[in-house]
Amino acid sequence: MFLSISTTHRPATDLGFLLMKHPERMHEVEVGFGKAVVFYPIATDERCEAVLTLDVDPIGLVRGRGEAEGLLDQYVNDRPYAASSFLSVGLNRIFRTAMTGVSRERAELAAAKIPLVVKVCPLPVRGGEELLGTLFAPLGWKVSFERVEGPHGPSRYVSLTLEGEQRVAEALSHLYVLIPVLDDDKHYWSGDDEVEKLLAKAGAWLGTHPSKELIAKRYLKRRRLARMALARLASEDQAELEAPEVRQTREEALEAPVRLNDLRLDAVVEALAATGAKFVVDLGCGEGKLLGRLMRDRRFEKIVGLDASSRALETARDRLKLDMAGGPKRERVTLLHGALTYRDERWAGAEAVSLVEVIEHLDADRLPALEKAVFGVAQPKHVVVTTPNAEYNVLFEKLTAGAFRHPDHRFEWTRAEFAAWAGGVAERCGYAVSYAGVGEAHPEHGAPTQMAVFAR
Amino acid sequence: MTRASDEVLSVPDFSLIVLIGATGSGKSTFAAKHFLKTEIVSSDYARGLVADDENDQASSGDAFDLVRAIAEKRLKNRRLTVIDATNVRSADRKQWVEVARRWHALPVAIVIDPGLDVCIERNKLRPDRQFGPQIPQRMIHEIRRGLGGLQREGFRQIWRLSSVEGVDAARVERRPLWTDRRGEKGPFDIIGDVHGCADELEQLLAELGYRVTWGADRSVHVEAPHGRTVVYVGDLCDRGPRSPDVLRIVMSMVAAGTGMVVQGNHDKKLMRWLDGRDVKIAHGLQETIDQMNAETPEFRRVVKTFVDELRSHYWLDGGRLAVAHAGLKEDMIGRGSPTVRDFALYGESTGEIDEFGLPVRLDWAAKYRGATTVVYGHTPVPEAEWVNNTICIDTGCVFGGKLTALRWPERDLVSVPAARVYYEPIKPLHAVSARSAQSEADDMLDYADVSGRRWIDTALTKRIVVPEENAAAALEIMSRFAIAPQWLIYLPPTMSPVETSPVDGWLERPEEAFAFFKSRAQAEIVCEEKHMGSRALLAVCRDNAVARRRFGVVSDEAGAIWTRTGRAFFPDAATRDAVLEGVRQAADRAALWEELGTDWLLLDAEIMPWSAKASSLIEQQYAQVAASAVSGLCASAEAAARAVARGVDLGGMDGRLSERLVRAQKYSSAWAPYVWPVNGIGDLRIAPFHLLASEGAVHFDKDHLWHMRISERLAEHGGPMMTVTDYRIARTDDDAVLSALAQWWEERTSRGSEGMVVKPRAFIAHGEKGIVQPALKVRGREYLRIIYGPEYDAPEHLSRLKSRGLGAKRALALREFSLGHEALTRFVARAPLRRVHECVFAVLALESEPIDPRL
Repeated sequence: MFLSISTTHRPATDLGFLLMKHPERMHEVEVGFGKAVVFYPIATDERCEAVLTLDVDPIGLVRGRGEAEGLLDQYVNDRPYAASSFLSVGLNRIFRTAMTGVSRERAELAAAKIPLVVKVCPLPVRGGEELLGTLFAPLGWKVSFERVEGPHGPSRYVSLTLEGEQRVAEALSHLYVLIPVLDDDKHYWSGDDEVEKLLAKAGAWLGTHPSKELIAKRYLKRRRLARMALARLASEDQAELEAPEVRQTREEALEAPVRLNDLRLDAVVEALAATGAKFVVDLGCGEGKLLGRLMRDRRFEKIVGLDASSRALETARDRLKLDMAGGPKRERVTLLHGALTYRDERWAGAEAVSLVEVIEHLDADRLPALEKAVFGVAQPKHVVVTTPNAEYNVLFEKLTAGAFRHPDHRFEWTRAEFAAWAGGVAERCGYAVSYAGVGEAHPEHGAPTQMAVFAR
Repeated sequence: MTRASDEVLSVPDFSLIVLIGATGSGKSTFAAKHFLKTEIVSSDYARGLVADDENDQASSGDAFDLVRAIAEKRLKNRRLTVIDATNVRSADRKQWVEVARRWHALPVAIVIDPGLDVCIERNKLRPDRQFGPQIPQRMIHEIRRGLGGLQREGFRQIWRLSSVEGVDAARVERRPLWTDRRGEKGPFDIIGDVHGCADELEQLLAELGYRVTWGADRSVHVEAPHGRTVVYVGDLCDRGPRSPDVLRIVMSMVAAGTGMVVQGNHDKKLMRWLDGRDVKIAHGLQETIDQMNAETPEFRRVVKTFVDELRSHYWLDGGRLAVAHAGLKEDMIGRGSPTVRDFALYGESTGEIDEFGLPVRLDWAAKYRGATTVVYGHTPVPEAEWVNNTICIDTGCVFGGKLTALRWPERDLVSVPAARVYYEPIKPLHAVSARSAQSEADDMLDYADVSGRRWIDTALTKRIVVPEENAAAALEIMSRFAIAPQWLIYLPPTMSPVETSPVDGWLERPEEAFAFFKSRAQAEIVCEEKHMGSRALLAVCRDNAVARRRFGVVSDEAGAIWTRTGRAFFPDAATRDAVLEGVRQAADRAALWEELGTDWLLLDAEIMPWSAKASSLIEQQYAQVAASAVSGLCASAEAAARAVARGVDLGGMDGRLSERLVRAQKYSSAWAPYVWPVNGIGDLRIAPFHLLASEGAVHFDKDHLWHMRISERLAEHGGPMMTVTDYRIARTDDDAVLSALAQWWEERTSRGSEGMVVKPRAFIAHGEKGIVQPALKVRGREYLRIIYGPEYDAPEHLSRLKSRGLGAKRALALREFSLGHEALTRFVARAPLRRVHECVFAVLALESEPIDPRL
């Protein structure tokens, strides 16, 4: 990765004093992941340019050094090349003194604003190019950039140019903080003192920055390493590499104006309570949002949640405070890791079962297996099923026509399609079924969510 | 005092024996004398375990919980168990009867009552039992008061030893349960529900090689072929024209030791009628009554006794076979309880009535998981079909179907058709479904079939263990992303790369593969071009009827194409069907169906271009790496050149940056040969390289030349969509040929080929230490750049990459290979889906092992 800082201040070579790096020599520093090098392609009175390049060791990134674990998963990725938190670390190491803003030889100059041009390449910009202006313009930079072309067209990187009158130390601190913010990918910040580091580097300007929330949020974000096993198995399809919570948010954001999820859960709790069931099972319980509501309702004496994702179940376990002091009694709430297409004796005897926004995540040819497992084998007295009403999708402004509300949805049904399936299940398995809409109904397109309540 | 003369306590060898006796009566001594230490569960001992004091009455509750838990585990494992406790009160004993019933063990009571004085004396000798005489006195009083009620409490045997001598002289003898005839090894001919169809029975017996001879007095003699025994599944009478004659034949065979019968529900009802009890006359009983009324009272008496003594089921042939009228669950075989008898006679019903007024039966066979084969009748079916190691052989003879016998151990089915409809069925014998009974039962896989730590016995590598956490990881993928399990009969094994090359500048070279197989006693190897596409498995059926019948799928497609992790290869059905049709036509023209005697094929293939499946990976991952590497290095190299030009000493860094830039540029174009636009199936290329299986055969027994020739024929007849795999064969001792092969590899890979796969000529190759890696991949230099990154071959990087461990990858490859072979072997042998599925599931589970994905 490439970073250049140049000035036309006279004499321009004073830049060497400000950066504490002699323009006629090459400067090299070892950093944990490789080395940082600074040299000057030009150093005249008129113009002086310092270039920082990082030589990241790609093997070391994967394998780690000595006993340490490798930092990155083992697929080829852009980390050795793209401007990221690595560049910040390199900046901080090689320009440590300069970043403090103290200069012995040029104390006045260090406190003064001088004309600076900064280039960074390649810089990933997550969240759109306009973010470059949003972040740098309020700090007094004139922003321009060029999209980097890749072998198959425009890449996700830009070559960024910033121009402005800035104090060198402040310019460095802008870069130190904002490069990782723009990259917004895997950060490998080590400890809890990051808040202090951020304040130390950016305290002077962050407080008045109009996007300070965004900056702080992105800078401090920490992501757990993707679970190796899941990543390996999911590697074929990029969409599935996305963490489930990210996708969840997408659907929620879409439906947010109507707070549909709350309405839906309320409706399901009501429907379950109306059956008089004391033993209820939430199939596809995810992170346990419905379970939490069921737990607060003393009418339900035994509650089981089942999901195929062990990660979702872990979150549910934390959220519901299972096995914790002050949590529910152990006998009352149970979480099971399982799948809906397998018969499962562990929840036999359930009086009522809910399938909330679950069936649409199964391929249509697996629905007979779910039907048999739930309605044919377990045969609870009542089953509550909710699924999106596809007719309503035209009313979601942000949803492109014909698209599903969630990338993992295998289908979304109209009311007639849902009734055809539910009616068939009811007939084959000996249930009566009734339908209801959840959420404010549109006169033509119906309610956003449709619900069926089966009883036998 | 009378001496109980050497009383023999004959107890079933599987029972729950409850000792009853006051403190000091000598129960523990008696138990120790007659039973194994492990068979005795003592309340005193349990008190010691939970409270370090055998007499701590305060811990009795916990101690009894423990006794019960141990007893239940033993009974679950079909082990005789003795409860050594006072069991004075009826309430104490009641729980033991319940425990025995739960595990279908016979509850046996042995009362030990040598008298109060004896008890008091003995307690005096025990320093830990210093309590007054009133305690044993009260106990003995309560025991004696309860004696009369023991039978009512549910004990099936009650033994009372009421003197010291009686206790001393008693002997305990164990006899097998009446149903336990494991010693009878057969061979057997098991015959389905006869229902008075004597004509068909005589024909069937003749067909099976028995000779039936009638005497003038209606006596009958049946001569059995050497050593064979008939086992009737019951329901000898009712509905049909000659129930008394059927009974004559059967009784004569039982008397002669050439026949066995289990009781059917109709037989039991006949017995009750003969016994003069009030029975509802329905379901063809009237016909039998009319026929029996024409017989002598003596005959009716003999029949009554005969039918009354019939057993609920038989456990035969060393435990491998069980016969019961209506079937039997795994945990009931070789056990006895009212529940077992009811189940064996009537099966299990939901309590509901169907539209014909018949009880709705629960499908126990669909859930059956036992190792013992269960043969049964009771429910008429159009064809006898295997489901989970069980088979119903009631083919509705009396309703105009046929009378069927199963030969054991041959497992052949022999039938004779009914001469006519003797009795109109209430519910028509339903037409044969296009799907087999097994696949109907298999609609439902059980969570218990795939969860937890699993062991799978394979023919190639014995037992393979799948850790619990791997199974859990696979469950999500399998249930959310994989295609229907009916199609997913195989997943390919992972493939190890060759050992690292010692040659400078190379990570992999073919010489190591040649040496590997040579050192493992392989005389010949096959080198196959490695196509750079995506791995695909293609199950191709001639039509949807085959798919339904053979694979048991419920949908309308006539084949499936899936990836190495079990997902649908093509997201849209139209492309999938078009590709399948192309392969189907190639097989038609190559006349493969006829040659192999099959109507389905399972092919292992590579589908190109790589970009068809991996375009998002290429664009989102690889192209981004290329763009970032080239742009950053380009800017840095340019700046470095300017610095050097004005005289700054960069210590050679400018040169190094230029070299790095060249590598990044090579990276940018490394995948170019594997990428082309796909606008329709005309742009796809399919290269099959294994014909894994077809009807009746797993083709792992053919060598790779056979597989290559089949592939060539498919390519030849498959039009432009099908393509060949270039290959060479060589002897591992022919150095000239081998070095030419290495040359061939170098040329190919320098022109953009991914590399090659080196295999022993045999599909399953054995070396001195068991089976050998089925294949090793040798990847080209530029291809490896895609995998390891732009600068992998810089000397300082390559030297480190060369130290890589292949052991785990190879162990995994062998296990997955064995599991794949096992899955197909089971599928071809028509094993239940869950038996195939567990192997496939295990491959997916093992793939979640954390192994360097670049290998």
